[in-house]
Amino acid sequence: MAVIKKKKDKALPAVNTSALPDIVFMLLFFFMVATVMREVDLKVSVNKPQATEIQKLERKSLVTYIYAGSPRQKYQDKFGKTPRIQLNDAFASIDDLQPFVIQERETKAEEDRPMMTMSIKADKSVKMGLISDIKLELRKAQAYKINYSSLQPKNAEALYSSDN
Amino acid sequence: MARNKRAIPEINAGSMADIAFLLLIFYLVTTTMDTDKGINRKLPPIDDELVQDPPPIKERNIFTVLVNSNDQLLVEEEYLEISELRAKAMEFIDNNGDGSCEYCKGYSVSTSSDNPDKAVISLQNDRGTSYGMYVKVQNELVAAYEDLRERYAEEEYGRSYRGMDPEEDKEIIKEVKNAYQQKISEAEPLNIGG
Repeated sequence: MAVIKKKKDKALPAVNTSALPDIVFMLLFFFMVATVMREVDLKVSVNKPQATEIQKLERKSLVTYIYAGSPRQKYQDKFGKTPRIQLNDAFASIDDLQPFVIQERETKAEEDRPMMTMSIKADKSVKMGLISDIKLELRKAQAYKINYSSLQPKNAEALYSSDN
Repeated sequence: MARNKRAIPEINAGSMADIAFLLLIFYLVTTTMDTDKGINRKLPPIDDELVQDPPPIKERNIFTVLVNSNDQLLVEEEYLEISELRAKAMEFIDNNGDGSCEYCKGYSVSTSSDNPDKAVISLQNDRGTSYGMYVKVQNELVAAYEDLRERYAEEEYGRSYRGMDPEEDKEIIKEVKNAYQQKISEAEPLNIGG
């Protein structure tokens, strides 16, 4: 009987890459879920205050942000250090707030409009004068649901210390 | 002959999926999502008719909190530290002066509130008050109510109010909220020292 000598395949076996798409998809999904889109380029520095009784903001699509704080270093030549309001990507004055809210409300579905929340992201050193003005404008624009954006303190003592 | 070619041993990729899932779960657990959180408040509507005829509230049912431009607190006409505010507010809300509140544990002081339903916290700040301080005061006042609700839920239902599910325990939450209704009124800010 003839014994057929098997020819040894000297070429390296190809690495099985059939699972590669799975990994790629997994990474993709992960980043899709974990990434919080930075919608705006912050022009004011916001160092949020700390609070314990905080709630998560539900339904991100219905949240509109109002930023308040001192302009960042690179904008200080132009705008000075006085705390200002930022709406979307630009500095705004207090008079722009009402049209802005109305405009934002127009973009939401009719039935969702009462659920619209205004999130105030202000620096803790901002004086209440500015915040009160914002609140008054919001009341004029009939945006009553607001949220004072805050951070969970690391421990209870931090909440009462004078430096925060 | 091609027929006799030895099959190339493939790398076993069966456990690849397991590794992938492991990584996925690892990231899911360790990543802290940058979620937006904050204190929810509701602003009062601008209503001229309401302003002209405010309902009369007895002096004893108002808990005045004033914050000046130096971030100092004046609560019921005395100077107070922020760390004492919560206990003081709880004492006021829970006072039960007229004895109509069965679940209250207050001291029934004649100068403090009648019952939680009538008790109103009035907050006024200066335009020079810092926002950080304002949020701290708001936080303490909300916390006072939350603590009282927590205690009520613990006694009535033997459960933690904060740990309740908003969907499942809708009715209980409503009841607990009703027992201690949040009544925080904010006055227009003063402009004394800025």
